Amino acid sequence: MELLDMTAVSLAAAIRKKEVTAVEATEAVLSQIEKSEDKYHCYVTVDREGALAKAREIQKKIEAGFEGPLAGVPVAIKDNLCTEGLPTTCSSKILENFVPTFSAQAVLNLQNAGAVILGKTNMDEFAMGSTTETSAFGVTRNPWNPEHVPGGSSGGSAAAVAAKECFYALGSDTGGSIRQPASFCGVVGLKPTYGTVSRYGLVAYGSSLDQIGPLCKDVADCAAIMEIIASHDLKDSTSMKRDDTDFTKALKEDVKGMRIGLPRDYFGEGLDPEVKEAVLKAAEALRDRGALVEEFDLSLVEYAIPTYYTIAAAEASSNLERFDGIKYGYRTENYEGLHNMYKKSRSEGFGPEVKRRIMLGSFVLSSGYYDAYYLKALRVKALIKKAFDEAFAKYDVILGPVAPTTAPKLGESLSDPLKMYLGDIYTISINLAGLPGLSMPCGMDSKGLPIGLQLIGDCFQEKKLIRTAYTYEKARGVFGGKGEEIYGKAI
Amino acid sequence: MAKQYETVIGLEVHVELATKTKIFCGCSTAFGGEPNTHTCPVCTGMPGSLPVLNKQVLEYAVAVGLATNCQISRYCKFDRKNYFYPDNPQNYQISQLYLPICRNGKVEIETENGKKFIGIHEIHMEEDAGKLIHDEWEDCSLVDYNRSGVPLIEIVSEPDMRSAEEVIAYLEKLRMLIQYLGASDCKLQEGSMRADVNLSVREVGAEEFGTRTEMKNLNSFRAIARAIEGERERQIDLLEEGKKVVQETRRWDDGKGESYAMRSKEDAQDYRYFPDPDLVPIVLDDAFLEKVRAQQPEFREEKMRRYQEEFDIPAYDIEIITGSKHMADIFEATVALGSQPKKVSNWLMGETLRLLKENGQDPEDIRFSPEHLAKLISLVDSKAINGSVAKEVFEQMFAKDVDPEKYVEEKGLKTVNDEGALRKTVEEVIANNPQSVEDYQNGKEKAIGFLVGQTMKAMKGKADPGMVNQLLRELLTK
Repeated sequence: MELLDMTAVSLAAAIRKKEVTAVEATEAVLSQIEKSEDKYHCYVTVDREGALAKAREIQKKIEAGFEGPLAGVPVAIKDNLCTEGLPTTCSSKILENFVPTFSAQAVLNLQNAGAVILGKTNMDEFAMGSTTETSAFGVTRNPWNPEHVPGGSSGGSAAAVAAKECFYALGSDTGGSIRQPASFCGVVGLKPTYGTVSRYGLVAYGSSLDQIGPLCKDVADCAAIMEIIASHDLKDSTSMKRDDTDFTKALKEDVKGMRIGLPRDYFGEGLDPEVKEAVLKAAEALRDRGALVEEFDLSLVEYAIPTYYTIAAAEASSNLERFDGIKYGYRTENYEGLHNMYKKSRSEGFGPEVKRRIMLGSFVLSSGYYDAYYLKALRVKALIKKAFDEAFAKYDVILGPVAPTTAPKLGESLSDPLKMYLGDIYTISINLAGLPGLSMPCGMDSKGLPIGLQLIGDCFQEKKLIRTAYTYEKARGVFGGKGEEIYGKAI
Repeated sequence: MAKQYETVIGLEVHVELATKTKIFCGCSTAFGGEPNTHTCPVCTGMPGSLPVLNKQVLEYAVAVGLATNCQISRYCKFDRKNYFYPDNPQNYQISQLYLPICRNGKVEIETENGKKFIGIHEIHMEEDAGKLIHDEWEDCSLVDYNRSGVPLIEIVSEPDMRSAEEVIAYLEKLRMLIQYLGASDCKLQEGSMRADVNLSVREVGAEEFGTRTEMKNLNSFRAIARAIEGERERQIDLLEEGKKVVQETRRWDDGKGESYAMRSKEDAQDYRYFPDPDLVPIVLDDAFLEKVRAQQPEFREEKMRRYQEEFDIPAYDIEIITGSKHMADIFEATVALGSQPKKVSNWLMGETLRLLKENGQDPEDIRFSPEHLAKLISLVDSKAINGSVAKEVFEQMFAKDVDPEKYVEEKGLKTVNDEGALRKTVEEVIANNPQSVEDYQNGKEKAIGFLVGQTMKAMKGKADPGMVNQLLRELLTK
């Protein structure tokens, strides 16, 4: 097998067995970046020298006896995760030259486990968008078809995994930003239960919804990465102490008796028939393996979008206030007085989608509207959580599509933001309820674009998702068509 | 006949808590570091940083709430108050609006008409902002985030006060309670206690409140009293002229003795308060409240009662000493070291208060240790030094907390108790002052004082005046 086709787990094993070194793996992936980056533009920053130096250091450590399940494996980090000494831009002009003084806890966890950081991946500006087109530094293209978007907001991370420009990547998911690009790019992505991965060092978008998670080649990688990045962090008040983060233990090919619910609302109007067919076929495959699959009514699905955009925008409007041109980041050239400097720096530094959400969020929090919008949204959020609680009393796992369609063409989405927001319908309620959600490829449409399957679990039930996903992955077999440039195509 | 007006006053009091570290990070709260040295990613608002509540802040806030008879919220939250200003690195302040930690309290004050309760509307926790320094030479502003994230509580009273005297009595009461709790040193001048005054006037007998103004920048009790008088007159003048009082925030200029409008209600910002999603709700259980309750100190009233029973010192002394927790602590610790209460009290009431007044300091500024005061008292008791030397030593102790034993030793201030040496000096004084000797022997009792003085002078103060007196009489009546 080609080095670049290896999964993170298999590469780590090969490094341990001295079949390949961390330096060779890093050099291989860097040359792949050089080869295809012009075409896809997955990265905002590639830290070539830093990665090679780190690879040499890790290789020495490994030879001296250092052990780690993913030691020496090169990884890409979404550009909203702080990396000490390495620019962290959130794909925004306002943070174009920002270099953090500390690293995110999830990044530190990877580094302590011997990861080699390749660079920072492109994203929708401040994670606001579903296509990676709102990046201030240019679009990322879908490796399966460069005329299409990779999804977003973690589009750079998903595309980098698919284009073999890294072995795995970290992303963040506020309303589907890991799962949807994973689906569009034919890779595996997991949004963990809220509080499982520390948010310390993640530049906040919607603090009550944000979670960091992996984008990777298969379910075994997903479990291995989760074991490393999940941690109880005292620097994050919302971080949970869990003693069940041995996720790789759940890599079992067994769904006998597993109760899987298919929400009827997830298969109704607006869902592309090809997507529907592929997802239902995946459900059948699980039924064939002994799972109990049935349809049910999950209520309140239509309220998820307005609720999400109210809460996320409200939090974002406040979270993004710190970007003011005073302390760091972009400051306008000419200004008269403080107020004018704020106004011009922010007007010039933020892109249109970010400004739209800041305005929306400021409006729903403003005096006289707070009760009608923000408070009401919080109440609906609680009701959505209750609807899931009821569902999980009956089912171990909820199965559905990740997105209504496969990856749209570049430029199709931004002209109609409302339509773009509707594309989040199957992913956002999971964030509102704090649940874990896993996205994995389950087929191709007639245009040759990947289709994603979403598995949703109750809080802290990632293991059920991993077990179900692992079983389905075995049942599905080789994914994709033929080709060499894209992971999945060549296997 | 002129209309009679009543003043209605409510107070918002900010108190800086005496925690070692900031409210949401581990940075030091110490005063006086180089700019931006007591800072970290959290208190400078760096992207990706997150706040974590300092538990000591919660304990202090609950302790103050219990001491002011408040209901303690078993479930409370932090909210973000959003506004843009460079002293506020995140451009929002973490505070409490919707579910504050304490509500519905009251404190009792003494007024000229007897006791009165002042209601406490709420107490909430929040973070302080940094400091802007405007450099006029360079035409730029600099920001220092050392104070950013220092914990504060804001105590909001009901509009229950009717005069400057009541306001001062209420503030003194709060200060006393908080100092006794050790939750803050409450120094107005240094800003660790700050009061904003909400004031309105209405005709005596009116049911409705008048339109109120809020006065800021009051950093002494005197300024507060003057600002209240000034604002009361300003509002009454407006009403008498048939004008309206505008609801606004005013800044008091104590130098000029007048206030001016900062911003009116119409320009009031919309702070877009909402619960801070980075901080989890705080749930207080019985065990926590019991723990804080058990740690409550003996407050002033109890202490005064106990002093009356335990120590034979005047009621006036008790009132002054217990007026400062720090002074009372020094008093008790010195007595515990074996000094006689009356003597300890005398040093505190006499020399200590005198020197504090001379230096413009508060009892909280006393720096000498109880050990040293006890040593000083014991040096006097054993007649190792006389009273005037003791005062000299005390001044050194007060200024530099010197060890009196060492100081007396080093400076050679010990009283000469060698009777031989003293007798010789007294004999010389008698020989050199025949006129005074004659006066004394002719019945002029006053002359002995002169001779004692001469002897003390010859002994460079290192003699026991009582002993000198005795010896003189003995030698002169021979």
